[in-house]
Amino acid sequence: MFKILYKKILNPTVTLMKIEAPLIAKKARAGQFIILRVDQNGERIPLTIADYDSKENTITIIFQIVGATTLKLNQLNQNDFILDIVGPLGNLTETEGYQNVAIIGGGVGCAIAYPIAKQFYLQGSHVETIIGFRNKDLIILEDEFSKVSHQLDVLTDDGSYHKKGFVTLQLEELLKQNHHYDLVMAIGPLMMMKAVCDVTKKYNIKTIVSMNSIMIDGTGMCGCCRLSVAGKTRFACVDGPDFDGHLIDFDEAIERSKMYISTEKKAYDHICNLLKEEK
Amino acid sequence: MLNKSTKKNIMPTQDPAIRNKNFSEVTLGYSANQAISEANRCLHCKHKPCVSGCPVNVKIPEFIDKVKNGLFEEAYQLITQTNALPAICGRVCPQENQCEKNCVRALNGEAVGIGRLERFVADYHFQNNKVEPAENKIVKKQKVAIIGSGPAGLTCAGILAKLGYQVTIFEALHLAGGVLVYGIPEFRLPKIIVEKEIENLKKSGVRIETNVVIGKTITIDELKNTYHFDAIFIGSGAGLPRFMNIPGENANGVYSANEYLTRINLMKAYQKETDTPIFHAHRVAVVGGGNVAMDAARCAKRMGATDVFIVYRRSEEELPARKEEVEHAKEEGIQFLFLTNPIQILTNEENFVHQLRCVKMKLGEIDASNRRTPVKIENSEFDLDVDCVIMAIGTSPNPLIRHSLPELKVQSWGGIVVDEVTHATSIEGIYAGGDAVTGAATVILAMGAGKKAAEAIHNYLKNKETSF
Repeated sequence: MFKILYKKILNPTVTLMKIEAPLIAKKARAGQFIILRVDQNGERIPLTIADYDSKENTITIIFQIVGATTLKLNQLNQNDFILDIVGPLGNLTETEGYQNVAIIGGGVGCAIAYPIAKQFYLQGSHVETIIGFRNKDLIILEDEFSKVSHQLDVLTDDGSYHKKGFVTLQLEELLKQNHHYDLVMAIGPLMMMKAVCDVTKKYNIKTIVSMNSIMIDGTGMCGCCRLSVAGKTRFACVDGPDFDGHLIDFDEAIERSKMYISTEKKAYDHICNLLKEEK
Repeated sequence: MLNKSTKKNIMPTQDPAIRNKNFSEVTLGYSANQAISEANRCLHCKHKPCVSGCPVNVKIPEFIDKVKNGLFEEAYQLITQTNALPAICGRVCPQENQCEKNCVRALNGEAVGIGRLERFVADYHFQNNKVEPAENKIVKKQKVAIIGSGPAGLTCAGILAKLGYQVTIFEALHLAGGVLVYGIPEFRLPKIIVEKEIENLKKSGVRIETNVVIGKTITIDELKNTYHFDAIFIGSGAGLPRFMNIPGENANGVYSANEYLTRINLMKAYQKETDTPIFHAHRVAVVGGGNVAMDAARCAKRMGATDVFIVYRRSEEELPARKEEVEHAKEEGIQFLFLTNPIQILTNEENFVHQLRCVKMKLGEIDASNRRTPVKIENSEFDLDVDCVIMAIGTSPNPLIRHSLPELKVQSWGGIVVDEVTHATSIEGIYAGGDAVTGAATVILAMGAGKKAAEAIHNYLKNKETSF
């Protein structure tokens, strides 16, 4: 059992939780994830570690309420317990040796991008961050990013805050202004990561993306999280989650992410109805 | 009196047309009378050929003699002298290739139903024995870490605990049991049996830490230096599922058997109240011919598929699955396409499985595995209408341990290199066994390895007073 020490609603669909998990906090590094199970009948879902503190024995997760499990998770409050958490899983993000880095985060993907930006910043790299959200109400971690970025651009799809447009618009603009990057890290919805890779391919800039595939065990047993990289089948849980974005078959990954969309919708509605009945 | 029947007492089973819609156990087990009748088929051969066929050398004629005389609890005590998990082995061992293969009765008729008797005895014990197993009796200071709570790890832990060592099992999943809980379905091995065996182990002093991935949460170095374990056994089991590398394999509706079975068995996707999603397919092709393929096919049927096909590239004779599983699968309406090999998975516009393109095969020359190699028949392509394909063609050993411990010697395909007798790895104090060493094999072979390693660890620790 893992105790929730702190809970903060970041926006109507995104929640932050700080959880007591000493063993995981001691090992966690930027880019890694955990798998959790809310209760006895719960499914196992992967969530990226947004922050960790080995002195406080805590890890932080930031999740978007997208399905039945995240909806259930969001019902828990400070001092409640999460039944199972295992981690840290996956490989850590390689940050060494990069001088000029662009960090691109989309939506709740910013929760993953933040610890990576922080690590680059702390090791002395020049960090330029572009984060994008659908609208003003959905913005998360703006202050946090501003502290670990030499330049921060915030965009909204509808223009309700700062600049209007997608993150790729800003990236192209910066590249046209001769900003130079030896690495672009893009983390967000698959469509966004694909679009970023399309831009960076033109400029021939190495681009790493973080793949948040559907998983069960997360330790290389089930094969559920597979994707095609340079024509070969790879597993996000043990080979990733970071991959060279220019080699990924994004169209396949996008289709695979929709595997359970209709089942998920039903389960989500079911939980919503249960919650309504309780009220 | 010797029972001269050339056939085994028939195992009572659920009716196939009913059981292929539920997850309750298929075989119901012998009654006491049936067990005694079956025990009376044993000739008590002096040279005990059955025992040499058993990877853990169960005292077969001796326990059968007890059954003959109705001394079921005594039979149980005899079995458990060498086999820690009889209720499990009686159900899932491939007896026809082991103890029963060597049975003299098999020369003229069917072998004695050794597996069925073992199961009967173990079930009798669980139902009737009021004597609690020995409480925690740790007497030694030395600590042993067991990585993985599958059959290899459970066996190794059980033996070392009996010898008085402080044993801790580390399990990556949220539930202990390894393949016994995530892989083998409820209808073949009820999970209550696994739970009972694990409870017994805990009572004998074994600690089980779930949600710990060795190599990630805790490294092997830390097990030695921070947590001061004196010896380590790696039983981390099967790893990455193998795929065929044919077009369309990453389409929606293509599962590895590991994933399909884990969703159903560990995550209980067949129960309404659980959250884990599964694709409810109508027509399913399972590729492969082992026990895992049979399990996946029979699960698919129970999940509501109307047609389920086993697609196997060799002929019926070469099927590696237990005979009983094949028979049960047939009774339940699983269709077998022998000498058939998939070459492509065809998909619809949304990348969901639509058809499986196959070719017919014929058997050619004898290959390295001592079986005739299947050869493709030209112009024999055909398309099978299916909406789900399950790949059950094996696994390669789990990669996490070797990634985190580069000095550990492994085979080119990832299996951990061990001494055949002691199961010692290339690193002092570290032993390994089960699928992590052999690649996909059976429960009993993993248990045999766990047993040998436990004995070797005992020898190692006896001769060594200080820790690492």
